[in-house]
Amino acid sequence: MAGKHINLTLKVWRQKGPQDKGGFAEYKANNVSEDASFLEMIDAVNEELISKGDDPIAFDHDCREGICGACGFVIDGEAHGPMKSTTVCQLHMRNFVDGAVLTIEPFRAKAFPVIKDLMVERSAFDRVISAGGYISQNAGNPVDANAILVPKADADEAMSSATCIGCGACVAACKNASAALFTSAKISHMALLPQGQVERKERALRMVAQMDAEGFGSCTTTGACEAACPKDIQLTNISRMNREFFVASTTKRPKHSDGGAG
Amino acid sequence: MANKLDSKIPSGPIESKWSDTKFDYKLVNPANKRKHSVIVVGTGLAGASAAASLGELGYKVKAFCVHESPRRAHSVAAQGGINAAKNYQNDGDSTYRLFYDTVKGGDFRAREANVYRLAEVSANIIDQMVAQGVPFAREYGGTLANRSFGGAQVSRTFYARGQTGQQLLLGAYSEMMRQVDAGTVELRYRREMLDVVVIDGKARGIIVRNLLTGEIESHEADAVVIASGGYSNVFFLSTNAMNCAVTAAWKAHKRGAYFANPCYTQIHPTCIPVHGENQSKLTLMSESLRNDGRVWVPKAVGDKRHPNDIPENERDYYLERVYPSFGNLAPRDVASRQAKYRCDEGRGVNETGKAVYLDFADAIKRLGQDKISERYGNLFEMYDKITGQNPYKQPMMIYPAPHYTMGGLWVDYNLETTIPGLFCAGEANFSDHGANRLGASALMQGLADGYFVLPYTLGNYLGGTKLDKVTTTHDAFKAAADGVKTEITKMMNIKGNRTVDSFHKELGNIMWENCGMGRNEAGLKKALQEIPKLKEEFWNNVRIPGDANYLNVELEKAGRVADFIELGELMCRDALERKESCGGHYREEYQVDGEAKRDDENFCHVAAWEYTGDNKPEVRHKEELTFENVHLATRSYK
Repeated sequence: MAGKHINLTLKVWRQKGPQDKGGFAEYKANNVSEDASFLEMIDAVNEELISKGDDPIAFDHDCREGICGACGFVIDGEAHGPMKSTTVCQLHMRNFVDGAVLTIEPFRAKAFPVIKDLMVERSAFDRVISAGGYISQNAGNPVDANAILVPKADADEAMSSATCIGCGACVAACKNASAALFTSAKISHMALLPQGQVERKERALRMVAQMDAEGFGSCTTTGACEAACPKDIQLTNISRMNREFFVASTTKRPKHSDGGAG
Repeated sequence: MANKLDSKIPSGPIESKWSDTKFDYKLVNPANKRKHSVIVVGTGLAGASAAASLGELGYKVKAFCVHESPRRAHSVAAQGGINAAKNYQNDGDSTYRLFYDTVKGGDFRAREANVYRLAEVSANIIDQMVAQGVPFAREYGGTLANRSFGGAQVSRTFYARGQTGQQLLLGAYSEMMRQVDAGTVELRYRREMLDVVVIDGKARGIIVRNLLTGEIESHEADAVVIASGGYSNVFFLSTNAMNCAVTAAWKAHKRGAYFANPCYTQIHPTCIPVHGENQSKLTLMSESLRNDGRVWVPKAVGDKRHPNDIPENERDYYLERVYPSFGNLAPRDVASRQAKYRCDEGRGVNETGKAVYLDFADAIKRLGQDKISERYGNLFEMYDKITGQNPYKQPMMIYPAPHYTMGGLWVDYNLETTIPGLFCAGEANFSDHGANRLGASALMQGLADGYFVLPYTLGNYLGGTKLDKVTTTHDAFKAAADGVKTEITKMMNIKGNRTVDSFHKELGNIMWENCGMGRNEAGLKKALQEIPKLKEEFWNNVRIPGDANYLNVELEKAGRVADFIELGELMCRDALERKESCGGHYREEYQVDGEAKRDDENFCHVAAWEYTGDNKPEVRHKEELTFENVHLATRSYK
């Protein structure tokens, strides 16, 4: 390939396990093709490390198409690196200058314990979803899809919120490690659709409570999450979540114990 | 032995097979359902929807995935859409037409009864997904929008921007998480299935490695569902996510489940071309782009001008020229092969000569940039990020790449493998797509299997099978767990000189060169010489750093590559035996003017392979296919 090649110095956070103290180690990434992605650059560094008998740098990744949300770490202080609206797997080396020194470290948050090196545990997100990020529709007997009309504008806005990949960059970018952007995106997606109305209040209350229980910090609306989000999830979602939560906490009626679900 | 392949296709007219069978299936009383446990391996569309539905019915479900979260399953990456015979457009669609298109598109190598059922439940899938809040694209009046996809002349594809797979997966995932909340589904993530435990001839559990701690765990159940996806990563470079593997299916195969049509790999025509030696994977550009994009190459060999400088009359819009009625929407295998021909003729573009143009200039002129950006904006951005080129300003470059695998564990009509109690769903099984998969049909099959087929067929199995209670202290569990531990120890102790990836890349090269878009006897025979050598070297010279008792990514990869090597050999054998060209499986010896030449006389069957022991040749069994509704005919898209 005729593409240009560059040389880099990487300062990478190495941590053997959750209990290990961890620290930075320095590696050279030489002769990196500008067409390679950031993860492919680390692949090459890892191949060298393995050949020398060292432990490769552990990092989460999977689809490498910017959609699965598995990848993500901090490059020079920015979650997913310097490009706007880009996951690290979609970040290409042509965006870096020859000779640069890059600092690479994991997403840091109390609710995201480090597993190894750049890998963190994000299952707190699954528990937030499990606390109400769904619609109670049993399989097999719904009405015809077109019986539920959704204005295009609403469907589009719901889609824009639903597009969150759950990578955790919003948490990592937030000085309080708040999960407000992630949680609000799911609450918005469902609050905007007719299907999501029945459990709307319950959902807002439970998801927010779970988010707090997981140890995520409070939102102070600095907007760092929006700036770091690879999928351009908007801060307006947080406003919507706050409104949903406020309405739910002031108007929700208690569950009746008589009668049951039928 | 061949009698093991009882496809259990119900009798009667195709239109009523499924409804009659559902009535005949045994039921499990709701109060008894919670006494039955089911293991689901994989949490993509098929696995998550199966786990959600079974949990909802009241079964005790344990769901396993290798990922850190089920939301990362590779179904998330499907872009274009999902088919359903809704006929909302009033353009002539029907269950029968979707059935017809799928049987024909699969080049008459799929089971009619399965395909009809798939078409039949397709409409329910859309209803189901809409009801659970999937934000499909809508028209201004609020009704669902549709578009068309390769291989179809009607608009039946439902979509959510270019992220349909993501939205469907998040839908199925959230329904599963709802069951986790309800306590009917227990989720075990970062677990890799490394064996199936068979007791008294029935699947009764699995052995998994906890990828975080390295611990080998045993889990028992009354039935096991494998929904672990496809194996296209056997080619190393493919559109599959890095963790996609054949391991779960392959281990089941080694325990006695037949593996059907392994050589059926779909080559997707619209991927971003290979750029360099360090490349780790290929990125697909949704087939939906072919709705508005026109595919072309320069007419002159070696024309190196910038595409925007090549005038109209010096361009060859070859798909429109060769297939006037389908044009740019020709099926994937046809479009892929044509791209290869143009590049073989020396008219390929890019520095490598291995690319063709996908041009939106006409569409932008016709519809305006805003409309195009609304339809495909995220795909255009993705292309820009990867290549550094702006597809609004100049044509995209695309080339075919390994994508979906139609082969997989052999299953009968009930999605049960040759091991009783072991079911297989979605891409991991071989059913429904035949020799080629049409666009927007994978999501359909995954969800159909999980939401609408398994809840019935598994119930029938559990309701009609006497199952003794087993626990993980049973000898079969111990033996299987010991086997897994021994293999890991063996691998860790090799301490050789070559990295896991280097083996994977070498295997990928062998497979792509000899068992890829075009195959021939000489190439396949050569591959069958090279692969056993590679296998031997792997087991003597692979280097896995670290230890097995904690997170060890290289160890995970090594296990998967070891399985890919064995699968690769079987794929080549399968391709060698199939002396015909059909669908995505193109044997160069069997062609007419560059079109695939099928041999219905000798090969109108499914080839299902039986594992007979380490380093012993597998035995090929046949399931004859009959076509009573869609008559065998040469596929023509002209």
